[in-house]
Amino acid sequence: MPVIDENDLAEARIDLDTIRRRIQGTSGPTYWRSLDQLAESPEFEKWLHAEFPRQAAALPENTSGIARREFLKLLGASLAFAGAAACTRQPTEKIVPAVKAPEDTPGRPLSFATAMTAGGYGTGLVVESHEGRPTKIEGNPEHPASRGATDVFAQASILTLYDPDRSQMIRRVNEVASWDGFTAEFSTILEAQQRAGGEGLRVLLGAVTSPTTRSMLEQLRARFPRARVDFWNPSNRDHAHAGALLAYGEAIDAVVHPGAADVILSFDADFLGGGPDHLRHIREWTKRRRPTGSDFEGTRLYVAESTYTTTGSVADERLPIRAADVARMAAAVAHRLGLATPPPDLAERESRWADAVAEDLTRHRGQSAVLMGENQPPEVHALGWAVNEFLGNVGRTIETIQPVAASTGSQWQSITNLGSDMRAGRVDTLLLLETNPVYDAPADLTFGEALKHVPNAIHLGLYDDETGRLSRWHVPAAHYLEAWGDIRSANGTVTLQQPLIAPLYQGKSSIEILALAAGKARPSGYDLVREHWTGVWGGADFERRWERALHDGVVPDTRAPERRAALRPEAATAIDSRTSPAALGLEATYRMHPTVGDGTFSNNGWLQECPTPLTKLTWDNVVLVAPSTAERLALANGDVVAVEGGPRVVEGPVWILPGQPAGSLGLQLGYGRTRAGHVGDGRGFDVYPLRTTDAPWFRGGMSVRKTGRTMSLACTQHHGTLEGRHVVRSGSLDTYREDPGFAQHMGHEPGPDDTLYPNYEYEGHAWGMAIDLNACVGCNACLVACQSENNIPVVGPEQVAMGREMHWLRLDRYWTGDLEEPEAHYQPMLCQHCERAPCEVVCPVNATVHDSEGLNLMVYNRCVGTRYCSNNCPYKVRRFNFYLYADWETESLKLQRNPDVTVRSRGVMEKCTYCIQRINQGRNAARKDGRPLEDGEVVTACQQVCPADAIVFGDVNDPESRVTKAKADPRNYAVLADLNTRPRTTYLASVKNPNPDLHEGEDDSSGGDG
Amino acid sequence: MQVFHRSTNVLSRVTLFGGLFLLVGSIYLLATINRSPWVSRQGVAREQPIQFSHKHHAGELGIDCRYCHTTVEELAYAGMPPTQTCINCHAQIWSDSPYLAPLRASWRDEKPIEWVKVYDLPGYVYFDHSVHVAKGVGCTSCHGDVDEQNVLWQEPSLHMEWCLGCHREPEKFVRPRDEVFNMDWEPPADQLSLGLELIRLNDIDPREDCGACHR
Repeated sequence: MPVIDENDLAEARIDLDTIRRRIQGTSGPTYWRSLDQLAESPEFEKWLHAEFPRQAAALPENTSGIARREFLKLLGASLAFAGAAACTRQPTEKIVPAVKAPEDTPGRPLSFATAMTAGGYGTGLVVESHEGRPTKIEGNPEHPASRGATDVFAQASILTLYDPDRSQMIRRVNEVASWDGFTAEFSTILEAQQRAGGEGLRVLLGAVTSPTTRSMLEQLRARFPRARVDFWNPSNRDHAHAGALLAYGEAIDAVVHPGAADVILSFDADFLGGGPDHLRHIREWTKRRRPTGSDFEGTRLYVAESTYTTTGSVADERLPIRAADVARMAAAVAHRLGLATPPPDLAERESRWADAVAEDLTRHRGQSAVLMGENQPPEVHALGWAVNEFLGNVGRTIETIQPVAASTGSQWQSITNLGSDMRAGRVDTLLLLETNPVYDAPADLTFGEALKHVPNAIHLGLYDDETGRLSRWHVPAAHYLEAWGDIRSANGTVTLQQPLIAPLYQGKSSIEILALAAGKARPSGYDLVREHWTGVWGGADFERRWERALHDGVVPDTRAPERRAALRPEAATAIDSRTSPAALGLEATYRMHPTVGDGTFSNNGWLQECPTPLTKLTWDNVVLVAPSTAERLALANGDVVAVEGGPRVVEGPVWILPGQPAGSLGLQLGYGRTRAGHVGDGRGFDVYPLRTTDAPWFRGGMSVRKTGRTMSLACTQHHGTLEGRHVVRSGSLDTYREDPGFAQHMGHEPGPDDTLYPNYEYEGHAWGMAIDLNACVGCNACLVACQSENNIPVVGPEQVAMGREMHWLRLDRYWTGDLEEPEAHYQPMLCQHCERAPCEVVCPVNATVHDSEGLNLMVYNRCVGTRYCSNNCPYKVRRFNFYLYADWETESLKLQRNPDVTVRSRGVMEKCTYCIQRINQGRNAARKDGRPLEDGEVVTACQQVCPADAIVFGDVNDPESRVTKAKADPRNYAVLADLNTRPRTTYLASVKNPNPDLHEGEDDSSGGDG
Repeated sequence: MQVFHRSTNVLSRVTLFGGLFLLVGSIYLLATINRSPWVSRQGVAREQPIQFSHKHHAGELGIDCRYCHTTVEELAYAGMPPTQTCINCHAQIWSDSPYLAPLRASWRDEKPIEWVKVYDLPGYVYFDHSVHVAKGVGCTSCHGDVDEQNVLWQEPSLHMEWCLGCHREPEKFVRPRDEVFNMDWEPPADQLSLGLELIRLNDIDPREDCGACHR
């Protein structure tokens, strides 16, 4: 439940005029975290002055006030109990070896290649397994859509596997039933359907790329010729497919190579933040973003977008515009380039922007790319193809391939047809395979209502969710780590999806249910996948190819073939660029939530508690508004508003997001679940009721009404505030070219001998880390990977609001510049492993000490929880277990834990260890072999997952190591170096490449510190 | 006016000094108990579900440690033998001995044997057998004369100071690598010079950092 704190309400009102004056009044750029900080509001001040501002109030919160005498009694009792607890005798433990020697050796973790699907497309993974239980997910370096990295969803999916709220039994009309009961009734239903040729049979799936699923669907059609298969995925690629159809007359998929482009223009395309291929995009794009010296030729990213996205936050030039205005902006650029697109009327700022972009694109013919977002209508996508063809980019920065998905038809049309068939009573049997349309189908279909007309609805799902409850049958689905399958990536490459564990709750996979429907008795996923690939490969040599594909995690030569077609002339002119922006009124845009996605991950605590990249909110979704819009409508953070679009209304709290386009409401899908599980139920508000088939991604003419209620939101943007210090540093490419070491002149760094203490010589290894702020795109993967590797607990929204989140690694986001068009900067902040650590000298029990390799250690079994260390840490990276946050009860969650890391208890301080378990394993392995530890052998969890390769870890005593070389970069600087803490973690300043033509007459906005 | 009787002086002295004595005494008592075998279980023979004798198998029969503890050279865990390892021989030898009834039951019912853990380190200690073996720490250095124990007990206290004793002065304990599994190895008279030679030869550098074992 949202916490409403009366004190916060009074403080929430912020005067934006004052803020604007303050921004203008400052000379040079300043970095700020929030509007509260600029307004110097009490809300911000309290976080500035204390790490845990509500601490003093913590006791009366739970009791009705506490007297001094009572307090002393409790204190005495705690001391006595703490003393007594230290004398316990260790209980007798058992060793339970196997009866027959297991295939794997107990104690030796194994890794298996498999793949996870997101929106139907696969990302290759390598999953670590301890004694047969998967514990950690990594990317598969061999896989084209992973390249060794993963996103937050893949990282957190391991928690979903062990989620105790997963559906554990088959239900018939919400009564517990059996698999035999299901198969018996199912075959009766199907026999009846077979007599009618499948007239009343429908199957609804998400997007499908799996070759085996396709062949199952063909077999199903063979048995039921008149059955129909529909597809629905709320984040489908309909518009991209329809756009290609418009432009070329046939379906074509684009494979973008951001690394080959000098100039990229994105219209609402969050190609670095989402989509099936974003990990590869990040990897390729950031490779070109590492300045190598004063002669470095940068690349430039232009983004015009309707809400602040990951891609927008790393853009060199960003223009916030409403989604409805994107078409006009795209037309303007196309017209200026010389295409036959009719020119629209533009405001002065937009016109200047279009001029500059068009000029830059013209200069980089064949080395540029123009990308369109999925939320833009097909005509805009068609125009994108026309522009890319015009610039000669197709075939160079943008590859065109045969579509990967089984169906490129419109999913919006597909689900609409299904809905009307259901309502008309034409559907007798409906298979809902791993979809949740009652929650996420277009609102005008009222899918839940329509489902009542279907006598035999059969739902297969990981959870007995909204759809499962309304279906006659619910069958638990197998998690992807429990099931056999195959998935294609965005470029068509197939990965065999192999399970790492037998289904925990007898779950079935979609292909098994489809095979059952197609008439196979007792189908097993393993047999079905092998059968399909026997058909493809032929019998000879099958086993060798099968083993090879399983081992590598990719099936060779399965890339989709290239497909070129002639551009139709109407691609450039189909666009309607005349719409008057004034007529639109207030616009609402719908986006998948950055951390819970379309709602699939609602019950995942790691993702719920992961602060979103830009708002830093946890556990709730919000209505994003621009500061100017908030001012006009007199809205403040937390005001609950009713967003109305005709008869459809949703209510949610407002959040003022600098950089949100004026007149646009950013709504986030994926919240407001009612049957997600204990974690996700009742959190946030559901935006799907606004989303209709006629306006899939945005709608104009909205109105906002204040309800008078307010909500306090768990936001982490003020936690660990370091005001007025040179924390994050950046400059423009011009500044960098003049002086590559610009970031080192922004603060005073004491010399090595400026100390009263003798220097300690680190003779062996000396571990250090360098983080390239120019590569970081703020995707949060490191944060969740750290949580997964280091057994970090989830604390819940109330505790987050008190600043008690446990993330060892947090991602600070800073704003700089104008309130309406600020630039975003990210900074991963973790224990800096100071050589002169302020935390160590204040610990009364020596629980935090330094080791001979420079690690700042945290010895849990010594810690008594004074929290002095955290108080004295200038970086605010220490985390304290105020309660027993780690779940010591739930059996299934115990299986997930990393056995190499202690699960911490209440009253213990913890923090980043530089993944000491991985260091020790690496060191021991090398010492056993009697060889030196190689650079790159020890990889931290955050480093391994990073798609941008922004984090480098290694031995700074080794002159040849990557980290030593990174630290020799002139952009390298240490945070709060003036304190002489000598942090081992340093940062490489970010270098943006703004277009000088767009900044004429402005102050030099580059070279700033925060 | 004298309110209290003179004898109360004695009473107050007894109370004061007695109280102090009691306090110091009870702290001493607690500390002694805490370090005693009752808590550490040092030297306490532990009953097992099967009367398995290390003395017979490792001593009299001379079976190598690694026949059962297979992963001691490559993993942190030395490895516990599955029932199958016992059955390898006991399908033929002593196949109807009443002592081995639980073993046969385990094999028949496919139910694992639940051995009592004798060397039980706390959960926050991460010990790695393989690296110790690789650097020349013999089995008997920590586990004592296992080949003479019918029922196994924990030889050392397993207190941290015991671990550190070797980590600080490894030259007193290390042996040539080919002697690691030798149950009868005795340190030679010139152990100190041999130890220093081995430290150089095998690159022995035990760490005293907390993070070596605690993480």
